[in-house]
Amino acid sequence: MSTHNHDHDHGECRKLLKDLSDYVDGDLDETLCAEIERHMDECDNCRVVVDTLRKTVLLYHHLPAEPMPGDAELRLFRRLDLDAFVGVS
Amino acid sequence: MAGLTIDLNIYADEPALIDALLAGDKHACACMVKHHGSQMYAVALRIMGDADEAEEVVQDAFISACSKMASFEGRSKLSTWLYRITTNAALMRLRKRRNDTVSLDEPQVMDEGDLLPRQLGDWNVDPGRQALSQELLQVMEAAVETLPPSLRAAFILRDIQGLSTQEAAEALDITESALKVRLHRARLALRERLAGYLAEQSQEMAL
Repeated sequence: MSTHNHDHDHGECRKLLKDLSDYVDGDLDETLCAEIERHMDECDNCRVVVDTLRKTVLLYHHLPAEPMPGDAELRLFRRLDLDAFVGVS
Repeated sequence: MAGLTIDLNIYADEPALIDALLAGDKHACACMVKHHGSQMYAVALRIMGDADEAEEVVQDAFISACSKMASFEGRSKLSTWLYRITTNAALMRLRKRRNDTVSLDEPQVMDEGDLLPRQLGDWNVDPGRQALSQELLQVMEAAVETLPPSLRAAFILRDIQGLSTQEAAEALDITESALKVRLHRARLALRERLAGYLAEQSQEMAL
């Protein structure tokens, strides 16, 4: 995957790249998993890519959602002709 | 101050709510909006990148959902159906914003060369253990906005909203394998963009 520090065929990095998302998700069959893991033992760059890809996915799992503002929710109810459910407290 | 007066507990489960929606019950419609509104707003906001437009997308989506409830066949969860309508509304609006000059699917980013990872420094971050800084959250949000819309929608539904591959594919009306391709491209692009920030942070900490 990188342009340096490789003492083996870059083609193998490229070949495995397309399967890394499935690997991170645990959706890859056993043979391909073993192939990726064997490759990572020899290729620091690919090990870092897999690790940081996994971290990317985990980081976004923790991304908080901005809730719909209360006034936007009220406008939504009014637009849907649901005024009966908007009260004054 | 005006607020909402809805009892969310009057329907025993989703099938009961759907029956009431199909019967045209306004209380059921209010429940659906109250229950799912924030999720749909979150998706619309991230696709559009603008709060006012996200609000309009959600309004359009729920108007559409309430008016065509009869077309809901119950083969997916109600939320998946709503995600589909909301995502469509958002992508349509984006297409209009671009004045129909650019297809939403082109450029999909990236030829194969663009997908190759270039940032190869390690990150000193443990997503499961540490609170994320405001700065990192902003970097993450900004990175999502740089994705082409079709990849952005796939990533938001699957990795941020947490839909399954099948649900996200249904919501986008694409096959699961197409969803996986988009997701993979989005993840690689985001990894690359976050790396610019996180690898640098890790280097600074190591000094």
